[in-house]
Amino acid sequence: MGESNTYQQIIHLTDRMDYLSAHQNNEAVSLLVEKALGIEVPERVKVIRTILSELGRLGSHQLWWAAFGMDLGALTTFFYGLRDREKILDIFEESFGSRLLHSYICPGGLMNDVHPNFKTRIKELIPYLRKKLPEYDQLLTGNVIFTERSKNIGYMSLQDAIGYGITGPSGRGSGFACDIRKVEPYSAYDRVDFKEILLTEGDTFARYQVRILEMYESLKILEQLVDQIPDGDYTVKMKPIIKLPEGEYYQRVETARGELGVYVVSTGDKYPDRIRFRTPNFSNLFIIDKLARGHKIADLVAISGSLDLVIPDIDR
Amino acid sequence: MSPTWVFISELVLVGLVFLMFYAILGLFLVYLERRVCAFIQNRLGPNRVGPQGIFQTIADLIKLLFKELFIIKNADRFLFNLAPFIVIIASLMAIGSLPYAKGLQAIDFNIGIFYILAVTSLGVVGILLAGWSSNSKYSLLGAMRSGAQIISYELSVGLSMLAIIIFSGSMQLSVIVESQANGWWIFKGHIPAFISFIIFLIAATAETNRGPFDLAEAESELTAGFHTEYTGIRFAFFFLAEYMNMFLAAALATTLFLGGWMPLHFGIDTQFNHIMDFIPPVVWFFGKTFFVIYIIMLFKWTFPRLRIDQLLTLEWKYLLPINLFNIVLIAFLVLMGWHF
Repeated sequence: MGESNTYQQIIHLTDRMDYLSAHQNNEAVSLLVEKALGIEVPERVKVIRTILSELGRLGSHQLWWAAFGMDLGALTTFFYGLRDREKILDIFEESFGSRLLHSYICPGGLMNDVHPNFKTRIKELIPYLRKKLPEYDQLLTGNVIFTERSKNIGYMSLQDAIGYGITGPSGRGSGFACDIRKVEPYSAYDRVDFKEILLTEGDTFARYQVRILEMYESLKILEQLVDQIPDGDYTVKMKPIIKLPEGEYYQRVETARGELGVYVVSTGDKYPDRIRFRTPNFSNLFIIDKLARGHKIADLVAISGSLDLVIPDIDR
Repeated sequence: MSPTWVFISELVLVGLVFLMFYAILGLFLVYLERRVCAFIQNRLGPNRVGPQGIFQTIADLIKLLFKELFIIKNADRFLFNLAPFIVIIASLMAIGSLPYAKGLQAIDFNIGIFYILAVTSLGVVGILLAGWSSNSKYSLLGAMRSGAQIISYELSVGLSMLAIIIFSGSMQLSVIVESQANGWWIFKGHIPAFISFIIFLIAATAETNRGPFDLAEAESELTAGFHTEYTGIRFAFFFLAEYMNMFLAAALATTLFLGGWMPLHFGIDTQFNHIMDFIPPVVWFFGKTFFVIYIIMLFKWTFPRLRIDQLLTLEWKYLLPINLFNIVLIAFLVLMGWHF
């Protein structure tokens, strides 16, 4: 489908793949186009893109936490998770009108400048989440029933994680250092200080723990960047029709679920000759069979929940 | 009127009163649960129909009454129709024998506890029939789980009740309540009575298919368990029976451990006791019962669900041995006369 659309139009398709990491998906294609054309985007764009990615990651992990608790029968988690995600979506809505499918990051920069309230809203959000995130631990992490349900369930070894190409928090729960933000920093990730959460247990509880801790790391990144948004242009002047020079291009970013790769073969036309997405959920899905063997049906729910699958990202 | 007619009209009247009581209490409990869960989950809950939404459940009931009673193909029609009635009758029969206040009891058996245990056990037959006759894999699995669960936890419920029978020396509910006139068993019976109370709460929650033990209707695994295929008022019967079983469990916990309708007393003939006596016994009974119901609701809305093997492990490997040991301890306590 991407092969009959221009690069600006492809942005809108990427939203729909992993709808919870829409910003990161947009960013992948945008970065690829910029790399191919050799455009350097303004500092302001880089910082705002990083902030949006981290907000998206926070929101995505919160929704995952909410749904994961509900899969295990703890119905209250759903409302706690969505309560906090709502604040993030409000920030999105204020700046660019959409709450889920943003299409905000585009080749050359951003669609339009952020709302003047953007900075103050994030500054209000950080202390709010600092207060609310420990509630997640109180409600679920320490619960005996929850630890019994998740510890030693669905063990994934480091070999399996690398062999199946499990990236993102699911892979990092097995000790696979695969964070693209560290391996191949893009946008403003090279100047922020954050830890890549690595646990070695490899069970459902470890994958859960990685995501919980990543939320704190995302908050740390936000804290560092929110005061450093420089003034300047929000976009580089781009031609209405982008034609990539002939060649093959690859760009990867870290979405909330793992590594997203975009591969484009261009013949110099305004449409890509070949485009392929390496989506994280597609690779993460196939290990379920191996993880769930020997467990009960109730554990299958927990295991598939801990891999954090988004279906449109698998079946594109 | 001849004495026979007086007796018959009395039967009918008491029966009608309990039916009304049952229906209204059931509807109120559904409303209460929705409000409590909304309170825990940062929501408002029903608040539109009537003041504070108290008529919401009545509106829902009317909706359910008008719904089509759907029977799926190849279902066993007779058993399918019978199952909800067995479930609801099992809980309805027990309601009459509870002492709500001094003398406010439809029938005071001298084997009251035994009677309640017997009739509530009938409920599992209804659930098994519902699962079997629905001709659906989810229903059958839910019913089988429910059967295994209820039969296992029946033991714990019975044994923790036995603790109070040993303490009070009677199975008659009114006598048990009278024996707590100068202190509730949970205070008088030292730590063993407290352990019994905790085990009773856990087991009774499991018995009513609620809270962290709602495996019979685990919606992420079995859609809705044994009542997947039920619609309309038949579904409402299952729903109502679940809530009334919860009420029954809470009322029994109140009667056995928290002094039934007895007011809270400290010491003998103090000012505090006289003030407490002014509160009517019915208020005491329902106050304590709703407190226990609130605890049971809190379980449900804050805990994740157990897995079926963990559920059975909890009962057979932990609760049952602890309970048996506890019974021996209580018997020893009573023998030595160490309780108050």
